[in-house]
Amino acid sequence: MSWSRAADRQHSGSSGFLDHSPVRPPLGLALLAALGAAFFMLPLLGLLLRTPWGSAWQLLTARDTLTALRLSLFASLTATAIAIVLGVPLAWIFARTPFPGRGLVRALTILPMVLPPVVGGVALLLAFGREGVLGGWLQSWFGIRLPFTTAGAIMAETFVAMPFLVITVEAGLRQMDRRFEDAARTLGAGRWMVFWRVTLPLVRPALVAGGVLCWARALGEFGATITFAGNFPGTTQTMPLAVYLALETNPDGAVVLSLLLLAVSLGVLIGLRHRWLG
Amino acid sequence: MSLLTEVQARVGDFQLEVGFAAPAGETIAVLGPNGAGKTSLLRALAGLLPLERGRLVLNDVVLEEPARGIRIPPERRPIGVVFQDYLLFPHLSVTDNVAFGPRSRGMTTSAARARARQWLERLGLDQLGDRRPPSLSGGQAQRVALARAMATEPALLLLDEPMAALDASTRVSVRRELRRQLAAFDGIRLLVTHDPVEAMAMGDRLLILEQGRVLQSGSPADVTQHPRSRYVADLVGVNLFRGRAADNVVTLTDGGSLTVAGADDGEVFAIIHPRTVALYRGRPEGTPRNVWQGRAVDLDASADRVRVRLAGQPSVVAEVTPAAVKELGLDRGDTVWISVKATEINVYPA
Repeated sequence: MSWSRAADRQHSGSSGFLDHSPVRPPLGLALLAALGAAFFMLPLLGLLLRTPWGSAWQLLTARDTLTALRLSLFASLTATAIAIVLGVPLAWIFARTPFPGRGLVRALTILPMVLPPVVGGVALLLAFGREGVLGGWLQSWFGIRLPFTTAGAIMAETFVAMPFLVITVEAGLRQMDRRFEDAARTLGAGRWMVFWRVTLPLVRPALVAGGVLCWARALGEFGATITFAGNFPGTTQTMPLAVYLALETNPDGAVVLSLLLLAVSLGVLIGLRHRWLG
Repeated sequence: MSLLTEVQARVGDFQLEVGFAAPAGETIAVLGPNGAGKTSLLRALAGLLPLERGRLVLNDVVLEEPARGIRIPPERRPIGVVFQDYLLFPHLSVTDNVAFGPRSRGMTTSAARARARQWLERLGLDQLGDRRPPSLSGGQAQRVALARAMATEPALLLLDEPMAALDASTRVSVRRELRRQLAAFDGIRLLVTHDPVEAMAMGDRLLILEQGRVLQSGSPADVTQHPRSRYVADLVGVNLFRGRAADNVVTLTDGGSLTVAGADDGEVFAIIHPRTVALYRGRPEGTPRNVWQGRAVDLDASADRVRVRLAGQPSVVAEVTPAAVKELGLDRGDTVWISVKATEINVYPA
């Protein structure tokens, strides 16, 4: 076989001598891998086994549960909407406009992904709390109080979840073929119209994925919410908070609520499987 | 209607410096190897690549002149572009792709769609209006791209490698069709290509671009008969030499000399067609000729001819019959006598 043909084969990915057939793993690796898998599966199995299926429906439709569910949906969807309105422009700037300090601004925007959520909650309190930098001013000039309100819960969720949207949309913007935007401009579209009619539709898959990811994160938010917004049924007690509280007083209810959140997460994972799982 | 172009622009380390003028109704074919700056020139005209210096004037309107701070953005230039790979918007139907321009330039949605349908009909695409671009064939996509660019009724139409995305089997018929449609357009056409056949077939005038500069411009016949660069000489398949003529002897820049017939003194180009180069084992006798020795570096058989690349003073390519090769017993590395008649050498001023 000539060299060029060997190279062709490698490129086309057909079975050349560099491709490997499946290999039986060493025993040690197999055992540790099995342990790792069990570590993920056993808790989920426990949840399923301990679910009081008989009274599940009753527990799910209890008034307190429904209140928490309704609040959770409202807060997380609002947080996602805010994240899209503010996060897409941010992603666009990060992907398209170099400016001094962009790296720093970007790092700070992404920070909540790795920041302990409680720290995020404390930071929000220090900024928007009654004694906070902006909070006192908001309170005295406009009579707006954010901490320990539903608006506060939404803010806490947005703070923690928006980075997921920003980085997903930014990656989409970087990957798209920008010559489509050039084509639109030569056809007479100004920058704003190019953004609406070409850029946004072309990054729609990234926007949907980022939005869903952001929503799932907002729905599960606990630390920042309880720190900044507290735990008041009906106004700030979202599902994760209700689960935590119910664990003491109503363990069966906690299990059912957990199962519901698990179902949502699984739904997200299945919905986005093409993006993450081959 | 006319276009006046003095472009100086920069892309990274690459410097583009191109000047030309074109009257209405002319098709200019910009021909050059990959990386010559063809697409950059087109982007500069469209306003997608800002000029550093120079100016662009289309129909007496200054589109760009950095020295005077003038720069009309791409969306307000009367210029239509057919991009390489066509770049049809994949999220819009064919009709909405074509309506995009009129709509962006202020028409209502329904008026823009009506305009789009007229153009689709004109280009024989009216059956495809509801299709999405990914489902079109290469030739169809090209026509939609042309309709999209023409629907804004531009004064200048730019086409970037319009055939490159097509497979060889459809290229000829699509080219014929494109030429017919371009003839119906009354503005200026500028076509960028790396395919000499396409450039000759489509262009009223050729602009040979290499390393960001115009090496030569003129009618296809003029350019092919009087190549002024190695690139064009190779395209046409002739030997090109540069030198200084005095008393019918051209002293070549790269070494060696040629005896010619009827050349004016001064800097000249000289071309020799490979078929007029004769090869001998022994030194040929007879009439005054150019006779020198060379070593066969490479033999390349194609159809009924063998191209022999010879290293000598000067180096030259000869085209001989397979029978001649056999008779000479010619092989790579052999040294042979080369002869060319003075009257077979075409000389023109540099």
